[in-house]
Amino acid sequence: MALEAGRQAPDFSLHTTPDQSVGLRDFRGRNVILAFYPADWSPVCSDQLPIYSELLPELRKLGAEVLGISVDGVWCHLAFAKDRKLRFPLLSDFEPKGEVARAYDVYRKGDGFSERALFVIDREGMIRWSYVSPIGVNPGADGILEALEGLQQGRKS
Amino acid sequence: MSRLRPPPNAQDHIQGRPDAPIQLVEYGDYECPFCGRAHLVVKAIQRAMGDDLLLAFRNFPLTQVHPRALRAAQAAEAAGLQDRFWPMHDLIFENQQFLEDEHLFRYAALCGCDLDQFAQDIDSDAVAEKVRSDFLSGARSGVNGTPTFFVNGERYDGSWEPEVLLSFLQQMRGVRELR
Repeated sequence: MALEAGRQAPDFSLHTTPDQSVGLRDFRGRNVILAFYPADWSPVCSDQLPIYSELLPELRKLGAEVLGISVDGVWCHLAFAKDRKLRFPLLSDFEPKGEVARAYDVYRKGDGFSERALFVIDREGMIRWSYVSPIGVNPGADGILEALEGLQQGRKS
Repeated sequence: MSRLRPPPNAQDHIQGRPDAPIQLVEYGDYECPFCGRAHLVVKAIQRAMGDDLLLAFRNFPLTQVHPRALRAAQAAEAAGLQDRFWPMHDLIFENQQFLEDEHLFRYAALCGCDLDQFAQDIDSDAVAEKVRSDFLSGARSGVNGTPTFFVNGERYDGSWEPEVLLSFLQQMRGVRELR
Protein backbone atom coordinates (compact mmCIF):
# COMPACT_ATOMS: atom_id res chain seq x y z
CA MET A 1 0.00 0.00 0.00
CA ALA A 2 1.40 3.33 -1.03
CA LEU A 3 1.77 5.98 1.68
CA GLU A 4 -1.50 7.85 1.97
CA ALA A 5 -2.62 11.43 2.32
CA GLY A 6 -1.87 12.93 5.72
CA ARG A 7 1.58 11.33 6.09
CA GLN A 8 4.81 13.30 6.05
CA ALA A 9 6.58 12.58 2.75
CA PRO A 10 9.88 10.75 3.31
CA ASP A 11 12.78 12.97 2.29
CA PHE A 12 15.41 11.78 -0.19
CA SER A 13 18.35 12.96 -2.20
CA LEU A 14 18.82 11.36 -5.60
CA HIS A 15 20.94 11.97 -8.66
CA THR A 16 19.30 13.56 -11.69
CA THR A 17 22.58 13.80 -13.61
CA PRO A 18 26.00 12.29 -12.87
CA ASP A 19 26.99 15.40 -10.86
CA GLN A 20 23.66 16.81 -9.64
CA SER A 21 21.33 15.65 -6.92
CA VAL A 22 17.84 16.74 -6.01
CA GLY A 23 16.13 16.40 -2.66
CA LEU A 24 12.52 16.82 -1.64
CA ARG A 25 13.69 19.48 0.82
CA ASP A 26 14.84 21.66 -2.10
CA PHE A 27 11.18 22.17 -2.97
CA ARG A 28 9.85 23.42 0.37
CA GLY A 29 7.37 26.18 -0.38
CA ARG A 30 6.33 24.48 -3.63
CA ASN A 31 3.94 21.63 -4.19
CA VAL A 32 5.64 18.56 -5.66
CA ILE A 33 4.20 15.93 -7.95
CA LEU A 34 6.27 12.81 -7.42
CA ALA A 35 5.64 10.42 -10.30
CA PHE A 36 7.05 6.94 -9.77
CA TYR A 37 7.11 4.88 -12.97
CA PRO A 38 8.46 1.42 -13.74
CA ALA A 39 11.05 2.18 -16.40
CA ASP A 40 12.34 4.62 -19.00
CA TRP A 41 11.39 3.57 -22.55
CA SER A 42 8.44 1.36 -21.64
CA PRO A 43 5.52 2.14 -23.96
CA VAL A 44 3.18 3.38 -21.23
CA CYS A 45 5.74 5.65 -19.52
CA SER A 46 6.55 7.09 -22.92
CA ASP A 47 3.13 8.73 -23.08
CA GLN A 48 2.67 9.54 -19.41
CA LEU A 49 5.65 11.81 -18.85
CA PRO A 50 5.29 13.91 -22.03
CA ILE A 51 1.75 14.79 -20.94
CA TYR A 52 3.08 16.19 -17.63
CA SER A 53 5.77 18.01 -19.54
CA GLU A 54 3.17 19.54 -21.83
CA LEU A 55 1.13 20.63 -18.80
CA LEU A 56 4.02 22.28 -16.93
CA PRO A 57 2.76 25.86 -17.37
CA GLU A 58 -0.59 24.97 -15.76
CA LEU A 59 1.03 22.87 -13.04
CA ARG A 60 3.41 25.72 -12.16
CA LYS A 61 0.48 28.11 -11.96
CA LEU A 62 -0.86 25.74 -9.33
CA GLY A 63 2.45 26.11 -7.47
CA ALA A 64 3.73 22.66 -8.38
CA GLU A 65 6.90 21.09 -9.74
CA VAL A 66 7.08 17.64 -11.31
CA LEU A 67 9.69 15.01 -10.43
CA GLY A 68 9.81 11.72 -12.30
CA ILE A 69 11.44 8.81 -10.50
CA SER A 70 12.41 5.29 -11.50
CA VAL A 71 15.17 2.78 -10.76
CA ASP A 72 16.95 3.55 -14.05
CA GLY A 73 20.48 4.98 -13.93
CA VAL A 74 21.29 8.62 -14.69
CA TRP A 75 22.67 7.91 -18.16
CA CYS A 76 19.52 6.11 -19.12
CA HIS A 77 17.43 8.99 -17.72
CA LEU A 78 19.45 11.55 -19.68
CA ALA A 79 18.92 9.69 -22.94
CA PHE A 80 15.21 9.20 -22.25
CA ALA A 81 14.61 12.81 -21.20
CA LYS A 82 16.44 14.06 -24.26
CA ASP A 83 14.53 11.79 -26.61
CA ARG A 84 11.14 12.81 -25.16
CA LYS A 85 12.23 16.42 -24.62
CA LEU A 86 11.05 16.28 -21.00
CA ARG A 87 11.31 19.57 -19.15
CA PHE A 88 11.42 18.31 -15.58
CA PRO A 89 14.04 16.26 -13.69
CA LEU A 90 14.11 12.48 -13.66
CA LEU A 91 15.46 11.06 -10.42
CA SER A 92 17.51 7.92 -10.32
CA ASP A 93 16.43 5.58 -7.50
CA PHE A 94 19.37 3.40 -8.42
CA GLU A 95 21.66 2.88 -5.43
CA PRO A 96 20.56 1.35 -3.16
CA LYS A 97 18.10 0.23 -5.78
CA GLY A 98 14.51 1.31 -5.18
CA GLU A 99 15.23 2.69 -1.70
CA VAL A 100 12.96 5.69 -2.17
CA ALA A 101 10.23 3.60 -3.80
CA ARG A 102 10.39 1.35 -0.72
CA ALA A 103 10.10 4.36 1.59
CA TYR A 104 6.89 5.35 -0.21
CA ASP A 105 5.77 1.72 -0.21
CA VAL A 106 5.49 1.45 -3.98
CA TYR A 107 8.35 -0.97 -4.75
CA ARG A 108 7.51 -4.23 -6.53
CA LYS A 109 9.98 -6.66 -5.01
CA GLY A 110 9.56 -9.52 -7.49
CA ASP A 111 9.90 -7.19 -10.46
CA GLY A 112 12.69 -4.95 -9.22
CA PHE A 113 10.96 -1.72 -10.18
CA SER A 114 8.31 0.58 -8.74
CA GLU A 115 4.58 0.79 -9.19
CA ARG A 116 3.15 3.46 -11.42
CA ALA A 117 2.32 5.72 -8.49
CA LEU A 118 1.59 9.41 -8.08
CA PHE A 119 2.03 11.54 -4.97
CA VAL A 120 1.02 15.16 -4.55
CA ILE A 121 3.10 16.66 -1.73
CA ASP A 122 2.27 20.08 -0.34
CA ARG A 123 4.47 23.06 0.48
CA GLU A 124 5.20 21.73 3.96
CA GLY A 125 6.19 18.28 2.75
CA MET A 126 2.94 16.52 3.60
CA ILE A 127 1.43 13.94 1.26
CA ARG A 128 -1.98 15.27 0.22
CA TRP A 129 -2.99 12.74 -2.44
CA SER A 130 -1.63 9.44 -3.70
CA TYR A 131 -2.68 7.01 -6.36
CA VAL A 132 -1.36 3.70 -7.66
CA SER A 133 -2.36 2.94 -11.23
CA PRO A 134 -2.57 -0.56 -12.69
CA ILE A 135 0.98 -1.09 -14.00
CA GLY A 136 -0.04 -1.08 -17.68
CA VAL A 137 -2.39 1.91 -17.49
CA ASN A 138 -1.17 5.45 -17.82
CA PRO A 139 -3.06 7.42 -15.13
CA GLY A 140 -3.13 10.69 -17.09
CA ALA A 141 -3.23 14.01 -15.25
CA ASP A 142 -6.83 14.45 -14.10
CA GLY A 143 -6.19 13.23 -10.54
CA ILE A 144 -3.14 15.47 -10.14
CA LEU A 145 -4.98 18.56 -11.38
CA GLU A 146 -7.88 17.91 -9.03
CA ALA A 147 -5.59 17.40 -6.04
CA LEU A 148 -3.62 20.58 -6.76
CA GLU A 149 -6.77 22.63 -7.27
CA GLY A 150 -8.03 21.33 -3.94
CA LEU A 151 -4.82 22.57 -2.27
CA GLN A 152 -5.12 25.93 -4.00
CA GLN A 153 -8.69 26.38 -2.75
CA GLY A 154 -7.66 25.32 0.74
CA ARG A 155 -5.11 28.15 0.81
CA LYS A 156 -7.59 30.76 -0.34
CA SER A 157 -10.32 29.96 2.12
CA MET B 1 -12.30 9.66 -12.45
CA SER B 2 -11.52 9.87 -16.16
CA ARG B 3 -14.86 11.23 -17.32
CA LEU B 4 -15.09 13.57 -20.24
CA ARG B 5 -15.29 17.22 -19.22
CA PRO B 6 -17.03 19.03 -20.86
CA PRO B 7 -19.38 16.84 -22.94
CA PRO B 8 -19.61 17.49 -26.69
CA ASN B 9 -20.83 21.05 -27.21
CA ALA B 10 -21.01 23.96 -29.63
CA GLN B 11 -17.25 24.57 -29.40
CA ASP B 12 -16.57 21.12 -30.85
CA HIS B 13 -16.20 19.89 -34.38
CA ILE B 14 -18.94 17.34 -34.70
CA GLN B 15 -20.07 14.85 -37.30
CA GLY B 16 -23.35 13.01 -36.95
CA ARG B 17 -26.64 13.73 -35.25
CA PRO B 18 -26.51 15.56 -31.93
CA ASP B 19 -29.01 13.08 -30.48
CA ALA B 20 -27.10 9.98 -31.66
CA PRO B 21 -27.13 7.25 -29.00
CA ILE B 22 -23.38 6.69 -29.21
CA GLN B 23 -21.13 9.70 -28.72
CA LEU B 24 -17.51 9.10 -29.57
CA VAL B 25 -15.00 11.83 -28.71
CA GLU B 26 -11.43 11.47 -29.93
CA TYR B 27 -8.45 13.39 -28.55
CA GLY B 28 -5.76 13.26 -31.19
CA ASP B 29 -2.44 14.60 -32.41
CA TYR B 30 -1.99 15.12 -36.15
CA GLU B 31 1.63 14.03 -36.14
CA CYS B 32 1.09 10.89 -34.08
CA PRO B 33 1.28 7.74 -36.22
CA PHE B 34 -1.20 5.90 -33.98
CA CYS B 35 -3.72 8.68 -34.56
CA GLY B 36 -3.11 8.32 -38.28
CA ARG B 37 -4.11 4.67 -38.04
CA ALA B 38 -7.02 5.47 -35.75
CA HIS B 39 -8.28 7.96 -38.32
CA LEU B 40 -9.00 5.09 -40.73
CA VAL B 41 -10.60 3.07 -37.95
CA VAL B 42 -12.90 5.96 -37.06
CA LYS B 43 -13.92 6.34 -40.71
CA ALA B 44 -14.83 2.66 -40.87
CA ILE B 45 -16.78 2.94 -37.62
CA GLN B 46 -18.68 5.95 -38.91
CA ARG B 47 -19.67 4.04 -42.05
CA ALA B 48 -20.76 1.03 -40.03
CA MET B 49 -22.77 2.97 -37.46
CA GLY B 50 -24.34 5.67 -39.57
CA ASP B 51 -26.87 7.77 -37.67
CA ASP B 52 -26.20 5.91 -34.44
CA LEU B 53 -22.88 7.73 -34.02
CA LEU B 54 -21.85 11.24 -33.16
CA LEU B 55 -18.13 11.93 -33.55
CA ALA B 56 -16.25 14.88 -32.06
CA PHE B 57 -12.55 15.55 -32.49
CA ARG B 58 -10.47 17.51 -29.98
CA ASN B 59 -6.82 18.47 -30.24
CA PHE B 60 -4.24 16.93 -27.97
CA PRO B 61 -0.91 17.85 -29.56
CA LEU B 62 2.13 16.52 -27.70
CA THR B 63 4.29 19.34 -28.92
CA GLN B 64 7.56 18.24 -27.32
CA VAL B 65 7.47 14.85 -29.00
CA HIS B 66 5.81 16.00 -32.22
CA PRO B 67 7.17 19.39 -33.27
CA ARG B 68 4.67 19.86 -36.13
CA ALA B 69 1.55 18.71 -34.29
CA LEU B 70 0.61 22.10 -32.87
CA ARG B 71 0.88 23.91 -36.20
CA ALA B 72 -1.18 21.20 -37.87
CA ALA B 73 -3.86 21.52 -35.18
CA GLN B 74 -3.91 25.28 -35.68
CA ALA B 75 -4.26 24.75 -39.43
CA ALA B 76 -7.28 22.50 -38.94
CA GLU B 77 -8.86 25.03 -36.58
CA ALA B 78 -8.13 27.89 -38.98
CA ALA B 79 -9.86 25.95 -41.76
CA GLY B 80 -12.68 25.34 -39.29
CA LEU B 81 -13.28 29.08 -39.06
CA GLN B 82 -14.20 28.86 -42.75
CA ASP B 83 -16.41 25.81 -42.17
CA ARG B 84 -13.79 23.51 -43.63
CA PHE B 85 -12.59 21.71 -40.54
CA TRP B 86 -13.41 18.14 -41.58
CA PRO B 87 -11.96 18.15 -45.10
CA MET B 88 -8.81 19.75 -43.67
CA HIS B 89 -8.71 17.23 -40.83
CA ASP B 90 -8.91 14.38 -43.35
CA LEU B 91 -6.24 15.82 -45.62
CA ILE B 92 -3.86 16.35 -42.72
CA PHE B 93 -4.26 12.81 -41.40
CA GLU B 94 -3.95 11.35 -44.88
CA ASN B 95 -0.67 13.22 -45.39
CA GLN B 96 0.80 13.06 -41.90
CA GLN B 97 4.41 12.97 -43.06
CA PHE B 98 3.99 16.34 -44.76
CA LEU B 99 3.09 18.98 -42.20
CA GLU B 100 5.30 21.93 -43.06
CA ASP B 101 3.61 25.26 -43.74
CA GLU B 102 3.88 24.85 -47.52
CA HIS B 103 1.90 21.61 -47.21
CA LEU B 104 -0.66 22.96 -44.75
CA PHE B 105 -1.36 25.92 -47.03
CA ARG B 106 -1.72 23.59 -50.00
CA TYR B 107 -4.27 21.50 -48.09
CA ALA B 108 -6.14 24.65 -47.13
CA ALA B 109 -6.28 25.64 -50.80
CA LEU B 110 -7.51 22.16 -51.76
CA CYS B 111 -10.29 22.51 -49.18
CA GLY B 112 -11.34 25.78 -50.77
CA CYS B 113 -10.20 28.08 -47.98
CA ASP B 114 -9.59 31.76 -48.60
CA LEU B 115 -5.83 31.67 -48.11
CA ASP B 116 -5.40 35.24 -46.90
CA GLN B 117 -7.94 34.64 -44.19
CA PHE B 118 -6.38 31.25 -43.42
CA ALA B 119 -2.94 32.86 -43.08
CA GLN B 120 -4.34 35.32 -40.56
CA ASP B 121 -6.26 32.76 -38.58
CA ILE B 122 -3.55 30.11 -38.30
CA ASP B 123 -1.45 32.61 -36.33
CA SER B 124 -4.31 34.10 -34.34
CA ASP B 125 -4.64 34.01 -30.57
CA ALA B 126 -8.18 32.68 -30.89
CA VAL B 127 -6.99 29.58 -32.73
CA ALA B 128 -4.07 29.04 -30.35
CA GLU B 129 -6.47 29.30 -27.41
CA LYS B 130 -8.92 26.85 -28.95
CA VAL B 131 -6.17 24.23 -29.33
CA ARG B 132 -4.87 24.80 -25.80
CA SER B 133 -8.36 24.65 -24.37
CA ASP B 134 -8.93 21.31 -26.14
CA PHE B 135 -5.65 20.07 -24.67
CA LEU B 136 -6.55 21.18 -21.15
CA SER B 137 -10.00 19.65 -21.31
CA GLY B 138 -8.26 16.42 -22.32
CA ALA B 139 -5.80 16.58 -19.43
CA ARG B 140 -8.68 17.22 -17.06
CA SER B 141 -10.66 14.34 -18.50
CA GLY B 142 -7.82 11.86 -18.04
CA VAL B 143 -6.45 11.63 -21.58
CA ASN B 144 -3.45 9.37 -21.18
CA GLY B 145 -1.96 9.16 -24.63
CA THR B 146 -2.94 9.68 -28.23
CA PRO B 147 -5.40 8.79 -29.44
CA THR B 148 -7.70 8.63 -26.41
CA PHE B 149 -11.38 7.90 -26.98
CA PHE B 150 -14.34 8.67 -24.77
CA VAL B 151 -17.55 6.76 -25.37
CA ASN B 152 -20.64 8.42 -23.95
CA GLY B 153 -18.44 10.35 -21.57
CA GLU B 154 -16.26 7.55 -20.23
CA ARG B 155 -12.65 6.94 -21.18
CA TYR B 156 -12.39 3.87 -23.37
CA ASP B 157 -9.27 1.91 -22.35
CA GLY B 158 -9.83 -1.05 -24.68
CA SER B 159 -8.25 -1.77 -28.01
CA TRP B 160 -9.22 0.38 -30.98
CA GLU B 161 -8.67 -2.33 -33.52
CA PRO B 162 -11.71 -1.80 -35.77
CA GLU B 163 -13.57 -5.02 -34.90
CA VAL B 164 -13.03 -4.58 -31.17
CA LEU B 165 -14.08 -0.96 -30.99
CA LEU B 166 -17.02 -1.48 -33.33
CA SER B 167 -18.37 -4.43 -31.40
CA PHE B 168 -18.00 -2.46 -28.16
CA LEU B 169 -19.95 0.46 -29.61
CA GLN B 170 -22.62 -1.78 -31.09
CA GLN B 171 -22.99 -3.55 -27.79
CA MET B 172 -23.48 -0.21 -26.05
CA ARG B 173 -25.98 0.74 -28.69
CA GLY B 174 -27.85 -2.52 -28.07
CA VAL B 175 -27.86 -2.00 -24.33
CA ARG B 176 -29.37 1.44 -24.76
CA GLU B 177 -32.03 0.05 -27.07
CA LEU B 178 -33.10 -2.47 -24.42
CA ARG B 179 -33.65 0.20 -21.81
